[in-house]
Amino acid sequence: MTIKGKAYIVGAYEHPTRKAVDKSLAQLHAEVAKGALEDAGLTKDDVDGYFCAGDAPGLGGLSMIDYMGLKLRHIDTTETGGSSYVIHVAHAAQAISEGKCKVALITLAGKPRSSGEATGTKPRNYGTDSPDVAFELPFAPTIVNNYAMCARRHMHEFGTTSEQLAWIKVAASHHAQHNPNAMLQKVVTVDDVVNSPLIADPLHRLDCCVISDGGGALVVVAPEVAAELNRPKVRIIGAGEAPKHQMGGRVDLTYSAGAFSGPAAFAEAGVKPSDIKYASIYDSFTITVLIQLEDLGFCAKGDGGKFVADGNLISGVGKLPFNTDGGGLCNNHPGNRGGMTKVIEAVRQLRGEAHPAVQVANCDLAVAHGTGGSLGTRHAAGTLILERV
Amino acid sequence: MTENRTIPAPHIEEETRPFWDGIRDGKLLVKYCRTCEAPHYYPRSLCPHCGSEDTYFKESDGRAHIYSFSVFHAAPIPYAIAYVTLAGTDISMMTNIVNCDFDSLEIGQEVKVCFVETEGEGPPVPMFEPA
Repeated sequence: MTIKGKAYIVGAYEHPTRKAVDKSLAQLHAEVAKGALEDAGLTKDDVDGYFCAGDAPGLGGLSMIDYMGLKLRHIDTTETGGSSYVIHVAHAAQAISEGKCKVALITLAGKPRSSGEATGTKPRNYGTDSPDVAFELPFAPTIVNNYAMCARRHMHEFGTTSEQLAWIKVAASHHAQHNPNAMLQKVVTVDDVVNSPLIADPLHRLDCCVISDGGGALVVVAPEVAAELNRPKVRIIGAGEAPKHQMGGRVDLTYSAGAFSGPAAFAEAGVKPSDIKYASIYDSFTITVLIQLEDLGFCAKGDGGKFVADGNLISGVGKLPFNTDGGGLCNNHPGNRGGMTKVIEAVRQLRGEAHPAVQVANCDLAVAHGTGGSLGTRHAAGTLILERV
Repeated sequence: MTENRTIPAPHIEEETRPFWDGIRDGKLLVKYCRTCEAPHYYPRSLCPHCGSEDTYFKESDGRAHIYSFSVFHAAPIPYAIAYVTLAGTDISMMTNIVNCDFDSLEIGQEVKVCFVETEGEGPPVPMFEPA
């Protein structure tokens, strides 16, 4: 059984807002849904499958289908944090391949910026029923210091440097200068990054992604539906998903669940990392990208620092153009969940609809990869291999 | 250096009560499995390695080394979070490194457990300081 070639992404929409004080969360979900359906040339009445995650308000999927007035045959509310939407694309392809739906809608929205949420710097309390909380919350784990411990260990084992990590931000900023919706459009240098204030050592302010309101949506359809639409065809040819955690205390911060989801996706697609023309890689922090690139097989474990240095991720300059919208580091990180925008920019690249300054020539094969949760404790990775037909 | 940060009291379940009772007695108890003989952390009734329900607490000598750490400079009161690997085991626990010069911390550094008071009537929590 495989999902290879069983479904197509025909609609993709990123909300232009980065601060949505006057919009309700449900409204944002509905606006991105409408945007993606219009992009595909479909209407809400065509939708028979809906996918959303923990960012949906109220009773999640049920509240949103009520708000939007959807009539469905299939619903899936898989929650793996920021990677949820990457995994939803794979689940939509599975559902379509089994005849459970033909037109799947996936939405994400969030308002951490307008609500003043200290996304990365305030310890998150997941509630007393969460079995880990008593053994972690007293020590004030935050998103930033969690990823910082991964960076520190990577530096220790492999000699990775802050300057190498900075190149990831530099590449993202080179792309963001061409995105009028990006929160941070100024091109930065390695010195700018390493001289920005230390947040959680060794991560600096510019190693961290933006906090933004907004959202995005995708429409995944069966081949016979895609054939009738007047849009470039982006076919799903491989997918992998995997969790990783503390393994009962056998903690290893040097790799992520991408070490499992990546090879599974490449195997299903029958392609190699070296075949990939464009990569969307979740960039909650610079270290997130570096570890994912290694785990996906773009370079050997430990060689990520050398791989990302000297502009290798800059479109038109390096060998692996990444996050050409500016990514979470510069453009958008709606709802603190970066998986959705990773898929959207990969679709733009495969359609040839990225900004001309960052569009990859003959971009016919791309990867979109996300991690959700926290690399330092519990997370899940999702990897998609997409091709232009 | 004094730890001035307010430490939230841990929530105690029956399955973890012996751990916290141990802390109140000045002991760091680690859960082991009689079936696979492996230690694990945080303590559970069921062994996360093999699934056995035959688990028991055993006192640790409180020695460890730093697996990784990060000093949170942006916090109102900077603090060091860390994973430390308990001596003689392959398991690491999340903690804070206290009573130290943050600038001198290193991966691999030997540390020893200490117990730091939490809010209200809660038990202390296990933190580590240079050995």
